[in-house]
Amino acid sequence: MAKSKTKTKTRHPSTESKKTERVYWLDHKRNVDKIFYGLVAVCIALFSADFFYHKHVNFPFENWPGFFAWYGFTCCVALVLLAKQMRKIVMRREDYYD
Amino acid sequence: MIDGLNPALIFIVGGALVPFVPQGFARNVYLLLLPVLSFVQLWTLPHGDFAVVHAFGLTLTTLRVDNLSFVFAVVFHIAAFLSVIYALHLRDALQQAVGLIYPGAALGVVLAGDLVTLFVYWELAAVSSVFLIWARRTERAYRAGMRYLLVQVCSGVLLLAGVILHVRDTSNPIFGPLSLDHLGGVLIFLAFGIKCAFPLLHNWLQDAYPEATVTGTVVLSAFTTKMAIYALARGYAGTELLITIGTVMAMFPIFYAVIENDLRRVLAYSMNNQLGFMVVGVGIGTELALNGAAAHAFADILFKGLLFMSMGAVLLRTGTVNGSDLGGLYKSMPVTTGLCMVGAASISAFPLFSAFATKSLIMEAAAQEGHWLCWLFLLFASAGVFHHAGIKIPYFAFFAHDSGIRCQEAPTHMLIAMSLAACLCLGIGLFPGALYAILPYPLDYQPYTVTHVITQLQLLTFSALAFAVLIRTGVYPPELRSVNLDLDWLYRRVLPTAAKDLWDTIEGLHQRVIDSAQQPIQAIVNTLYRHHGPEGRLARTWPTGSMVLWVAVLLASCLIFYYV
Repeated sequence: MAKSKTKTKTRHPSTESKKTERVYWLDHKRNVDKIFYGLVAVCIALFSADFFYHKHVNFPFENWPGFFAWYGFTCCVALVLLAKQMRKIVMRREDYYD
Repeated sequence: MIDGLNPALIFIVGGALVPFVPQGFARNVYLLLLPVLSFVQLWTLPHGDFAVVHAFGLTLTTLRVDNLSFVFAVVFHIAAFLSVIYALHLRDALQQAVGLIYPGAALGVVLAGDLVTLFVYWELAAVSSVFLIWARRTERAYRAGMRYLLVQVCSGVLLLAGVILHVRDTSNPIFGPLSLDHLGGVLIFLAFGIKCAFPLLHNWLQDAYPEATVTGTVVLSAFTTKMAIYALARGYAGTELLITIGTVMAMFPIFYAVIENDLRRVLAYSMNNQLGFMVVGVGIGTELALNGAAAHAFADILFKGLLFMSMGAVLLRTGTVNGSDLGGLYKSMPVTTGLCMVGAASISAFPLFSAFATKSLIMEAAAQEGHWLCWLFLLFASAGVFHHAGIKIPYFAFFAHDSGIRCQEAPTHMLIAMSLAACLCLGIGLFPGALYAILPYPLDYQPYTVTHVITQLQLLTFSALAFAVLIRTGVYPPELRSVNLDLDWLYRRVLPTAAKDLWDTIEGLHQRVIDSAQQPIQAIVNTLYRHHGPEGRLARTWPTGSMVLWVAVLLASCLIFYYV
């Protein structure tokens, strides 16, 4: 562990003074967790909002509870998983064209 | 100001004179004044046709101001002005001159009233813009520029051929609605399609734009593709084929954007995706849809410009825009980070930001016309754009793991340009009525309804949740130093390899033909050599004694024959 730290310092000389550097709020993992759980709370609130107002929609399926929520979530997961598989076919070394 | 003076000429002539203005303060003032003067000229021009000339036996309207061209001309001025501010640190007359000539050519395109004038500015835009790529002055940029120029010139050639056929058939050079029923119309459509980065014709964009200079990419991002959107809206509004083309355009680039490492290339894919929305708008062709296409082009120029500016600032300060090498830059560049996030929120269509008020016009038009499948795909693309441009760009550049890079904040003039762009993004989001007022058709649309705000927030927050879950579970693909094969693979690898193989085959065949022809000749030569060569039987030297003997025999024979 100590070895790898030394290595990092050699690669980025600017990090040598890291110990004395200001520690930011996001440097603490617990704060990153707070953001994540905050996002989950917002998502739950927005999903629940569907039950408390009358939707003006163009297509009947938009009336399904939380349609936009699960559609957005599913699409993004599908997008990433498909793109990840695509990498197996299209990804090449950085100097492929050189 | 001056009756009938084309604002495009102020840019073009003014740009050509840049090298003659002393470098430094005077040149900076000059560069900033030109877009302002041109804008005043545009603003004071009444709607109508001007500068009508007769050439080639045709009546050419070189300047036309109407509702459709006006909105594009306004945003082109804003983009040119912002890019001049962004590039004030440059001491390169070439980039400064081209940074005005190229927007001027694009302006000429949207203000052209006839197809011949359109072609002239179309080509000028192509030729001038390549210098923004070559100005990087690297071998890689030179090659990318050559590929870019070939594609752009190809578009120009198609346009010229189409215009000639169209004018021959109709005797009318006016640039108005065109049809796909004639070959001329098809060729013009393809020419526009190349510039608009239609699927399979798109790869010049992702190939070339990220190879341009820090400031060059910002300028390039605003004009070529948007003038193509204008040209489509003018010529092919309501062409149903465009709905399919636009939907595919909005969909496929987002997959590439997820796995791309170069963040400026991610933005180029993202631009392709946003162009897809506009093309769908043009394809639907109703007043609402065309307003949506124009409004979204207006907003896109600003938020995409802002995102390219922020990535340009990162490139300037750190020397890279690879997601794999960046991270934690919010500590060094907090203002750039904030401004980038405004651009990210705008492109993602967050309420209060620009695309919320513009993209929804296209979505609404698609829904009203009953294109439910297209609408679902566009909704997918909306979630996807938030995923790769809204989150990925700021996350991997400014947050994620700390790369350890510590650098200066972006220069002040860059921050000013980005701040102005961010203000405009917010301004359109907060007061969309101001933009709606200059759209081509009257518009009565209220983006801020309870349904629209909540459903949009649901879509976006759950997309963000998906990103967060995938990152935390380690499923999200890491940023890797790599290139991804796209269509440019065909002309950068397959065709050159095939050409080399073909050449090798031809050379082999040629060798075999020569060999087979040489064989009999060689056999004759060998036979002659065997008999007459140094070791040949017929070339041997005979002993003197035998010579004397044979001479005696010959003489004796002569005597005998003489007496007989």
